[in-house]
Amino acid sequence: MIELRGLGKTFRSKSGAHGALKDINLVIDDGDIFGIIGLSGAGKSTLVRCINLLEKPTVGQVFIDGVDVTDFSGRALLDLRARIGMIFQDFSLFSQRTVLQNVLFPLEVRHDSRADAVRRAQELLDLVGLKDMQDRYPAQLSGGQQQRVSIARALANHPDYLLCDEATSALDSVTTISILGLIKQINRELGVTVIVITHAMTVVEAICNKVAVMDDSRIVETGTVASVFSAPQAAITHELLKAVGADA
Amino acid sequence: MLEYLTDFFGNYGSLFVQGTIDTLLMVTASTLIAYLFGIPIAMLTKVTEPGSLWPQPALNAILGWIINMGRSIPFIILMVLVIPLTRFLTGTTIGVVGAIVPLGIAAIPFVARMVESSFSELNPGVIEAGRAFGASTFQIITKLYVRESLPSLVRGAAITYITLIGYSAMAGAIGAGGLGDIAIRFGYYRYKTDVLIATVIILIILVQIVQSISDLIARKIDKR
Repeated sequence: MIELRGLGKTFRSKSGAHGALKDINLVIDDGDIFGIIGLSGAGKSTLVRCINLLEKPTVGQVFIDGVDVTDFSGRALLDLRARIGMIFQDFSLFSQRTVLQNVLFPLEVRHDSRADAVRRAQELLDLVGLKDMQDRYPAQLSGGQQQRVSIARALANHPDYLLCDEATSALDSVTTISILGLIKQINRELGVTVIVITHAMTVVEAICNKVAVMDDSRIVETGTVASVFSAPQAAITHELLKAVGADA
Repeated sequence: MLEYLTDFFGNYGSLFVQGTIDTLLMVTASTLIAYLFGIPIAMLTKVTEPGSLWPQPALNAILGWIINMGRSIPFIILMVLVIPLTRFLTGTTIGVVGAIVPLGIAAIPFVARMVESSFSELNPGVIEAGRAFGASTFQIITKLYVRESLPSLVRGAAITYITLIGYSAMAGAIGAGGLGDIAIRFGYYRYKTDVLIATVIILIILVQIVQSISDLIARKIDKR
């Protein structure tokens, strides 16, 4: 379970302090596929980075499985991050490494034995359907294949949680459906709790069971996908839902 | 014409061979020294940048300032400035050995900037991914910054090497060995224009070879 309590984040720049997150309270239960939706600049990316502490919250606490991890540092922080997989909008694959070496990276930094690591990586490449491509380089793959590699990489350390930061925003609609299917499969079969950051209601509709709507650094609405879709409260939720209608 | 060439190489052939060897020795040794010191400085500068892995604004500013200062001293002046250090380290200030210290020192800030700029070319998302998977700062430097920018580092090394070939010719002016020394002694002091032209041709060939080899290696290892 992930719990965010009274979370806030302020960025300081030359132009002054800028609030990216304000009073975020959120509970993500084990087994959820939890959507966090909002427009660009709403603070979603910052929020998800507070979970694995790539961003340090200015105020508030992050609890993971009941443990306050907000002030973790050094080894404990690195170990925590290893338990949380992450995938990115631009995939962020290591371009000078083969597909297999990309998936090996998280295991390499944990100093796992080479043979075990390779076995695990191959297992995962099989899971994402890229078994035959282990010796290729990312540049030789399509966008969808690259995101599959990055999913395999994110799962290397047997994480309990998977953070997806706009994971399908750079992909076409057909590829998006297959990647979302894969994420759903991982949630169901491996029991990985998934946090999905997106600006597209269609993504939430396709795979999430719960959703939080963000607007201007705050969470304005949260609930099951069914309840939020059938009875939206916030104005921004109406707008986001309207966009889905226009899509269809 | 043939007779002239036979005569010319008979007189100066061994001189050019020795000069080329000396130049390559000076430049290779000083490039190695420059990287030995330049790479750690570049790494430290990169990780202490604002928003980087270990932000230290003051240290970062000081490093940048030192690098810029080093780069703004003209080489011919730097050579003279470091004479006491050269003598202390090598016991001499002339010849191939005497030139390695000033060449190496001159190239350290150059290399530091070059390596740092190779690191900066990397997609920041790649570094973030490394952090997200629990890599330590040291692992991010070695496994991501260095490994992922290797093709760019190779190209930078060629630029450094070629720049130092140019500097080494200048070092000839204060008594270093090598092709620059030959050009000055024969071409300038004794008005042997053909010797001067020959050294220039050799330098051009050297530069072309270095550039071609580095292009080849960089292309071969770059998987983007």
